Formats: sequence, structure tokens, C-alpha cells
Amino acid sequence: MSWTLLDTWMLATGILSALSCALLGNFLFVRRLSLMGDAISHAVLPGLAVAFLVTGSRDSGPMLLGAVIAGVLTAVLTQGISHAGKVEESTSMGIVFTTLFAVGLLLIVRAADRVDLDPSCVLYGSLELTPLDTLEIAGLHLPRAFLVNLSVLAVNVLVVWLLFKEFMIGAFDPMLAATQGFRPRWMHQLLMALVALTAVACFETVGSILVVAMLIVPAATARLLSNRLPVMLSLSLGVAVGSAILGHLGALTIPRLFGFEDTTTSGMMAVAAGVLFFTALIFAPRSGILAHARDQRALRHRIENEDALATLYRRERHEIPASELPAPRLLRRLIRRGFASQTSGEWKLTSRGKEEAESVVHAHVLWERFLVDHANMREDHAHQSSERLEHVTTAEMREILTEVVENPDNSPDGGPQLPSA
Amino acid sequence: MLLAVGLIALIAIPVYAEGVSPALRRIFSLRDYNTRVVMGGTGLLGIACGVIGTFMVLRKKALLGDAISHATLPGIAIAFLVMVAAGGSGKYLPGLLIGAALAGLLGMGTIIVVRHHTRLPEDAILGIVLSIFFGAGVAILGVIQKMSTASAAGLETFIYGKTASMLAEDGRRIAWAALVLISVSLLLFKEFRALCFDSSFARVQGWPIRTLDAVMMGMVVTATVIGLQAVGLILVIALLIIPPSAARFWTEELRVLVWLAAGMGAFSGIVGSGLSAAFPDLPAGGVIVLVAAGVFLVSLLFGRARGLVFRAVAHFRLEQRITRQNALRALFEVSEQTPPNQPVTEKALHEVRYWRGMQLRRALRRLERGELVRRIPGGWRLTADGQQEAQRMVRNHRLWELYLIHHAAIAPSHVDRDADLIEHVLGHEMVTELETLLAAATPEPTVPASPHPIAPSTGEGHA
Repeated sequence: MSWTLLDTWMLATGILSALSCALLGNFLFVRRLSLMGDAISHAVLPGLAVAFLVTGSRDSGPMLLGAVIAGVLTAVLTQGISHAGKVEESTSMGIVFTTLFAVGLLLIVRAADRVDLDPSCVLYGSLELTPLDTLEIAGLHLPRAFLVNLSVLAVNVLVVWLLFKEFMIGAFDPMLAATQGFRPRWMHQLLMALVALTAVACFETVGSILVVAMLIVPAATARLLSNRLPVMLSLSLGVAVGSAILGHLGALTIPRLFGFEDTTTSGMMAVAAGVLFFTALIFAPRSGILAHARDQRALRHRIENEDALATLYRRERHEIPASELPAPRLLRRLIRRGFASQTSGEWKLTSRGKEEAESVVHAHVLWERFLVDHANMREDHAHQSSERLEHVTTAEMREILTEVVENPDNSPDGGPQLPSA
Repeated sequence: MLLAVGLIALIAIPVYAEGVSPALRRIFSLRDYNTRVVMGGTGLLGIACGVIGTFMVLRKKALLGDAISHATLPGIAIAFLVMVAAGGSGKYLPGLLIGAALAGLLGMGTIIVVRHHTRLPEDAILGIVLSIFFGAGVAILGVIQKMSTASAAGLETFIYGKTASMLAEDGRRIAWAALVLISVSLLLFKEFRALCFDSSFARVQGWPIRTLDAVMMGMVVTATVIGLQAVGLILVIALLIIPPSAARFWTEELRVLVWLAAGMGAFSGIVGSGLSAAFPDLPAGGVIVLVAAGVFLVSLLFGRARGLVFRAVAHFRLEQRITRQNALRALFEVSEQTPPNQPVTEKALHEVRYWRGMQLRRALRRLERGELVRRIPGGWRLTADGQQEAQRMVRNHRLWELYLIHHAAIAPSHVDRDADLIEHVLGHEMVTELETLLAAATPEPTVPASPHPIAPSTGEGHA
């Protein structure tokens, strides 16, 4: 891998546009409009085509304007059709962007008679070419794309910083926002305009796939890691930078592993974002698949332990035949945890084990009494429900239950009697 | 949308004027073998997409097709690479389509897995799969473009579609796939309906919901893959979304909806590809979608069940009916308290109820045309017919009031407003029921006395 100045500029530009998109992506995510970026990326085509047909040149000024108008039009039409026709919002988005895309396609083919205007070349800039097109500012030759993305990011940060509260309330609770005088519809339109502007500026410089991916994936990844919007916002920015860096490195190195040359950086940045997303999906500390599996396992173990303890307890009190023993692997686990011991072939609860077992059996009896006396459950049904409830009974719940069930010593199904609770 | 229709006209009219109408006639009379294949293929594609799309739109998963169609790109690219590595040219179409289908299925699987393990909203999940897969596709295409051994030119037709180059073989493939999709939809119609409207019912029935869901998604993958070649991976989404959404404006009945969506899909496919064959510069995918968009626009405006015009007319009629009833009732109630043969002044009517602008005057004129009221010097009077009609209505109204007071425990001061809303929707049967309920207290033909004084109104909208 050979790193050059070109790579630095590509990466810097990529990071800037990733940041812009990820920032707005959080609000789209909350509004359930994540696919707006995808919709706009297709729908700008007629805007570009009309701008081209009108001005007859490929200057970026009119093109940008046309695309932003088409982008805002997408948002407005989506809302309009959804509102007027009572169509679901994502459906109406699908209708609008495919239609606009088709219009753009036809326009471009018509225009192609006169001049070469390749849809993919109009629509998609390329990160690889960014360092070649430079502007001179204060004696420095800076890539134009870098400057464009820098200004877009500045605008986005400024607007979000100024209107953070309005955006947040508008996104979560438009009703509340309206009663607070925040004009959620204006905020929504402003957000859509920002998304359109960002998307278009980034298409032109870094390609559309990067925009679509960065509007969606960082925010979703951050959501897996946090429940709070401010935290989610900063995490998503981190994910955006991370995917840009990993993506560029990946584009340079991964194809070589298979004996090919390097590949498109923007595509790999999207893939890198995907890698980060799935990493979070698996390893997220609270809601990740592993954490979930771990919690499940812990819960299963606790229930198994409690059931085994209760069995030993009842066995010691001769309420069940001595032949009934928990599974050997559970007995081994109880020994490991110091809840039970085996002396000369006989199983005994340690004092800690006895304490635990008593609280479980106590809860069971309390629940049985409660269900029969206060919830009108049939006696032969109460035992089964109590078997489940005993495992989720906290000390506080037990106190309350004890109060409700005045005399817990009489189990209705003639089950275990507690000494003195 | 207007833009779309305008554009078709804009493009079609000048070309038409140049004298291509014989070409059009030739196309739509299906004399060309190739045209027949193309139109048949896109028509069947439209039917299949319309049927499956209906279920997807009803389940609010319209954009699933979007995600899956984008997810096919890496499959196409990898299939190309594999075929080149095997020594071929890499452009063997069935091979590319198999790659697309596998990638689509993988995308579908990813959606299911992420949905199962997270609580992310559906649209975010679709977006994640869409962008990651498409990104991977772009990256692999980037690799292909730098290869010296094979030319990747033409792979991008999958993004934009190339209907005109459809061969008889392709048409047949689309026909088979469409037939399979349609028959599966018919076989599983009951299950799919439950999945759309009442998935808990489906669960209670013991139907394997996850499997059904996967089958439905698999059908979307199939439709997308066969649509790739005809209309391209972006516009196939339109065929899945637009016809069902358009059909939705015409009917509330699922069976009708499915067939209507299928018909609209077929219409878009046939007319679109026909137009594109008739005029040299029209890419079929784009025209097909614009025809579909035109159908949608017409449906949005004129659809019989939910169209805008229909709803506006219904709203207008309801408002007129209510105003008419309010005017009659106000006249009756005021004339109850004026000496016989005295005119009821408009001023008095304005005092018992709030009327918007010219609302009262217009309502009175309409009643006059129906010969229910007559203009007499100094004001208005009910005719005999009007008296009868108003009596019926006021009786109805007061019966409701009594009912609410006696049986629904509503404070008398609130009664009038509630009755106002209800009397306009009160059916005949309900009135009869109320009559028997309250007949004991009030002899038949007379109007029971109002349970509250008919006072000048204090607030807007309150009588």
C-alpha cells in the first residue's frame, strides 16, 4: 500500500461528507425517513437534466441549484401525496422518487442527442478525482470538493447547533413541538432542504452511494449503542469518521488480497460502515446479540439454580421423595457456587444455599396464596403460575405480598409449609 | 407527477406529429415478433409485480423492493467475476441473474436477521441493507473496471434497464417467473391476507408467520430479479409500488385490489414498452414508469373509493346535507316560538345558530327550490312539506336528546351538541328503536318538547 498526498485529500473529503450526512442522518432516523437520502439521490436526476437543458452547460452552479430544487421537490411531493391521498409516507416516497428518476432518465436520453451526458457521470462524482480539481486560496491549492464539503459541513453543524432543540422535539413529538410554537412543519422542510443540499453537494464530489450509506448506517449503528439523542449524535459522527478511514484503507488493500487492483473508495466506505454496524449489532454492550445471549444465559442459570435449590430444600424437609434429585450438572454448579455440598453420598444445602432456597420457596408459597385468595385462580392452576413467578420476585415484592397475604403459612395445594417466615 | 404526464405529452406529441402514427399502429397491432415478446414480457412482469406489490404496500413495506433490488448489484458483479475467472466473457445473462437472485436472497436474509435482533425501525433496516450491499456492488464494479482481461461495459444496463434488447428467451423466462409468482399468490391468498391485516389472527391459526413472511420476501426477490433486465434495478421498484398504490384509490376489497393492481401493472408494461418501441429515443424502463405514474395520478384524482375528487364531492355533499338539516331545524324551532303565520326573520335564525358567511342564505334558497320553505314579506316560512320534513327531523333530534339524557347519563347542557353530530348519521333502524324506547313518554306524531330552553346561542357552532 502506498499512501500519497492524493490519498490524504480523498480521505479528508470523504470524512467531511460522511460527517455531514451522519449528522443529518440522526434526525432522519428518528423521523423514520432514513430512506430519504436514497430517494433524493435518485430524484435529483431530472433537476440536473433540466439545469443542463436550460443552461446548455455542465457548470456546477446551475446543476447544484437544479438538484437541490429536485431534492426539496421530492420531500414536498412525498409529504403532499402522503397527506392528500392518505398514502403511507414510505410508499409515497417510493412513488415520487421512481417517477422523478424516470423523468430524469428520459430527459437525459433526449438531451443526449445534442451532447454527451451520461447519467452515471452526471449523477455520480468520484472520490478518486477530487484531488485533481483544485482552487487556489491564499496561495494554497486546495481541492474544490474538499472546500465544498467543508462549507456544507459548516452549514449543517451551524443549523443543527442553533436548532437542536427544535429538531429534536419536532422529530420525536411534532404535536408537542407545535404547542410549544416550534413550527415542526417548517423545521421538517428545513431539514429536508438541508438533506437535499448535503446530498447533492456530496453526490457531485464523492458519489451518491457514500451519501446514502452515511445518512443511514452511522445513525443506526449509534442507536444500537445508545438511547439518548445527544450521545447517539456524537457516536454516529465517530462511526462516520471510522467508516471513512476504514473504507479508504480497505479500498487500497482488500482487492490486492485477491490479486486485483484497488477499487472505488466510496463503495468501500459504505461497506466499512456496514462492518461497523454489524460489529455493533453483535458486540453492543447492552443490546448486542452477544450481550443478549449472555443475559439469557444468566437468567436461565438463575432459574435452574433456584429450581434445583428448591428441590433440595423440599427434599431435606421430606416433602418430596429422596429419589428426586436435580440434574447432576446443576448439582455440580450448586457445589461450585457454594450452595450445596455432598458428604458421604448425601446432598446437603449449605447455610447460604438454605437461605437462597428459603426465599424462593417462600416466594412460591406467597404467590400461590395470593393467586388463590386474591386473584380467584383455581388452586390446581396456582402452583404452575407460581413456579414462574417465584423467579422474578424481588425482596420488595415479597414484602408487599406478605402484607397482602396475611397468613402465608397455609399453602393451598398442601405444598411446602414454611417454618416461620 | 404532473410533470411526468406533461413530459410524456411533451415528448410524444412532436414525434407523433412527424408522422410516426403508422409505426404506433404497427407496434400496438403486435405485428413485430420482437415487439410481441417485449410487450408480453413487460406486461406479465407488470402483473406479477402488481400482485406482490399489493401485499407489500398493504404491509407498509413498499420499499422492501428498493432494498432488495439494490442488494442484487454485488451478486451481479460477483457472478461476472466468477464467470470471467471460469474463462467466459462474464456476460452470460442467466448466470448474472442467478448471482443477482442469490445476492437478493442474502439481502433478504440480512433484513430478517437484523429485524429479529434489533428494534431498529423497518426503514432504517432496509436502508442499511440497501446501502451496504449497493456499496459492496459499487466497490466490486470498481475492481472489474480496472481489470484488463474482461470488459465490464454493459453491466450498468442492469441499473437502467434495456428492454429493447429483450429476446424471446428472456420473454419466456419472465413469463414463467410471473406465472409462478401469480400462482403462489393465489394459493397463499388467504394466508397473505391475514399477514397484511391481522397477523395475530394468523398466529392464532397456527400459520407459520415467519415462513410466510420469508416466502413473500422471496417473491419480491424473484420479481425484482426478473424485472432487472426489463426495467432496471431502480425502476422495478416503481412497478412494485405504483400500481398497487394507484389501485388503492379505487377499491377497499383486497381481491379486487390485487387484480386491479395487476391490470394496472400490465397496462403500464404493455403501453410503456409499446411507446418506447414506437419512438426511437424513449428508454422503455422510464416510459413504463411514467405510464404507471400517469395511472397513479388519474387514480389519485378520480379513484372511486379514495380519490381526491371523490372525497371532495362526498365532503361537499355531507356538508350541504348538514347545513340543510340545520336550516330546517332552526326554522322549525324559531317558528315554534313565533305566532302562527308570522314570518321567521333571518335575524332570528342567526340568533339561534352560527352560520358561516352566506351559508344560511344559500341553504334557504336551496330549500326554497325544493319547495320546503317559502319567502314571505319580512322573512321565511315553512311550507306544508317543509313543516313535515322539519318535524320529522326535529323529532329525531329530540328523541336523541332524550335518549342521551335518560340512558347515556349526559348532562342536559351538553346534549344539543352531541345530538347535532349524531342526527346526521342516524339510520332508520336506530330511529325506530328509539321510537319504541321512548314512545311511551311521547305520543306518535307530535314532536316531544325540547328538554332544554331554545335559547339564543352563546358560542360558535352551538345551537
